[in-house]
Amino acid sequence: MIVFDGVEKRFGDRTVLSDLNFSVQPGEHVTLIGPSGSGKTTILRLLMCLESIDAGTISVGGSYLSHMEKGGKLVPADERHSRQVRKRIGMVFQQFNLFPNMTVRGNLTEAPTRVLGLSRDEATARAKELLDLVGLADKLDEHPSRLSGGQQQRVAIARALAMRPSVLLLDEVTSALDPELVAGVLALLRDIGRSTDITILCVTHEMGFARDFSDRVMMFDGGRVIEQAPPAELFTEPREPRTREFLSALLSRG
Amino acid sequence: MTPLWDWGYAFSILPRLLEALLVTIQITVLGSLVALVLGLVIAVVRRARIPVVDQLVWAFVEFVRSTPLLVQVFFLYYVLPHVGIVLSAFAVGVIGLGVHYATYTSEVYRAGIDAVPVGQWEAAAALSLPRSRVWTGVILPQAVPRVLPALGNYVISMFKEVPLLLAVSVVEVVNTAKEISSETFRPTEPYTIAGLLFLLLSYPASILVRRLERRSVAV
Amino acid sequence: MENLPRIVAVLLDGVPATVIATLGGIVLTIVLSFVAGLALLSPQRWLRAVSRVYVELFRGTSEVVQLFWIFFVLPVLVGFQLVPLFAGIVVLGLNHGAYGAEIVRGAVQSVPRAQVEAATALSFSPAQRMRRVVLPQAVVEMLPPFNNLFIQLLKSSAILSFIVVSEVTERGVQVLVPNFGSDIVLIFTLMLVIYLLLALVITAVMRTLERVAAGRLGRRGASRQARAEVAVG
Repeated sequence: MIVFDGVEKRFGDRTVLSDLNFSVQPGEHVTLIGPSGSGKTTILRLLMCLESIDAGTISVGGSYLSHMEKGGKLVPADERHSRQVRKRIGMVFQQFNLFPNMTVRGNLTEAPTRVLGLSRDEATARAKELLDLVGLADKLDEHPSRLSGGQQQRVAIARALAMRPSVLLLDEVTSALDPELVAGVLALLRDIGRSTDITILCVTHEMGFARDFSDRVMMFDGGRVIEQAPPAELFTEPREPRTREFLSALLSRG
Repeated sequence: MTPLWDWGYAFSILPRLLEALLVTIQITVLGSLVALVLGLVIAVVRRARIPVVDQLVWAFVEFVRSTPLLVQVFFLYYVLPHVGIVLSAFAVGVIGLGVHYATYTSEVYRAGIDAVPVGQWEAAAALSLPRSRVWTGVILPQAVPRVLPALGNYVISMFKEVPLLLAVSVVEVVNTAKEISSETFRPTEPYTIAGLLFLLLSYPASILVRRLERRSVAV
Repeated sequence: MENLPRIVAVLLDGVPATVIATLGGIVLTIVLSFVAGLALLSPQRWLRAVSRVYVELFRGTSEVVQLFWIFFVLPVLVGFQLVPLFAGIVVLGLNHGAYGAEIVRGAVQSVPRAQVEAATALSFSPAQRMRRVVLPQAVVEMLPPFNNLFIQLLKSSAILSFIVVSEVTERGVQVLVPNFGSDIVLIFTLMLVIYLLLALVITAVMRTLERVAAGRLGRRGASRQARAEVAVG
């Protein structure tokens, strides 16, 4: 489904990812963990084409994301090509990033109508369904600024789902929330994970969530995957010393 | 048909235009002095919040800011002699520009003064410094440097507004260009050169101010 | 004082030309501000260059020179002369459009990058991102500086008296001053009051727009900038 092949990413003279190879199966839930600055978020941003890659290729569902085939050769993708591939991918951000110039309805229907070509009615029906799912059925015409952080993040999740993505990227979606709102959002994500077959890539510091949500956990350090395993295995008996260090530091922090 | 641009003619009128440019610069410098000093006075007076005086100064500032400089210059030019003050057109220009821009600079100073942390006033008060010393020793040395770029921008704007004074026959650049073109019936060269002279001075000046801006942001 | 009605009548005679010049200038300013401002942000190098030249040329020279150039020089070059009022509108628009371009550029750049990224993540095209997400938010930031710019434009319209457009200043100086010399203070006071009233109308309209726009972003009351000032003060 998702294949990273020899991916390299530099910011100036700092190499964030080097020779990164991994793949994710359809429907798989993969959690990326690691110290900050280890490149986890960069991976999600590369998949969303918010950053360009410096070497290697990324493909999603068999088509290249960062490149396109032209006359039998791989050339860097243009905006239109990457938009085509990207349509299958949804993303939820740490800071929600709802559009303040639209109501909840606008946030949920704008892209489905403009990008997918749904009719207003279809898009609104889908929006209502999704709001129901995230438990905010009564907020359709509310303004984002009137919602709590937790509610805004639920709307952001609904907004990503409204595009019917086959891949969902979750970028530290609970990090900006007040502690008492975290559990509700995580419960919603577990629910979505169970009830859909969406492939999910998730960057999080919530180890409890990572443990029972993911099929596989990938530990990042210094721009590389240093260890990957099912959560039961990686959390209980990590092989790499860096993983152990990282996990115990997280635990002692509480 | 005569050529669109005659270099010989252009060079022949250049000295006159440069002379007029000197007048423009003189007015800008003197007008800026008036604006920088008067604006500071207005800002400090307004900060004192004296009842009635404050409202009067506010009304004056808003009125001057909201009405055309050109009409204000005419006003000074025609009205002052009525009350027995006879000034040259040059002086009218300096005062007109100076007062008009003082209303802008007073706002700039105000913003600068407001940006000085309250703690600085309190610290100065705790030292029992006299009022005048608080201003000159503590507040203004902190407030003025950070508004220098904004003040610089207003000096450049003023420079470009000096041509309004042709209305009261000040012999500045555009007025000279106008005279030349009515003498020779060739407007292209004098007006184009006049425009270039402004660009030549104000563009580098505004780049300088932008650099100053970036530096003061970095501080 | 017995001349008051006649003085008022002559000045009011000039109001339509002042209003038309100002409104025309404002419309042209808005169009040029957006075209040139967005061009300044274009990925196309040549487009940025063209826009930059326009902006610096009109901000770098005097408005009076621009007026005389378009009114006296342009006819020599192209063979026909613009109607004075129209020439005035063109100059007011070109000049203030150059300043407005920087307002638009600054406001667009002030919209958080995360908003663009969120729109990208929803597969909006670059044009849709600009039109649906960035501009609606940027416009709120533009309104206060545009208010100042429009008042500057209104004040600038007085220079149209130089090319004999029958607007308020021209009426006052060319018609009233020679005929009612003894009422000079009254004449100029009334002229200034007319401009002040027109400026107040512009501000009232812009404040209303600010409130509407802020409401659409779910902000009560004034813009982000004004709120920040309150927070500091």
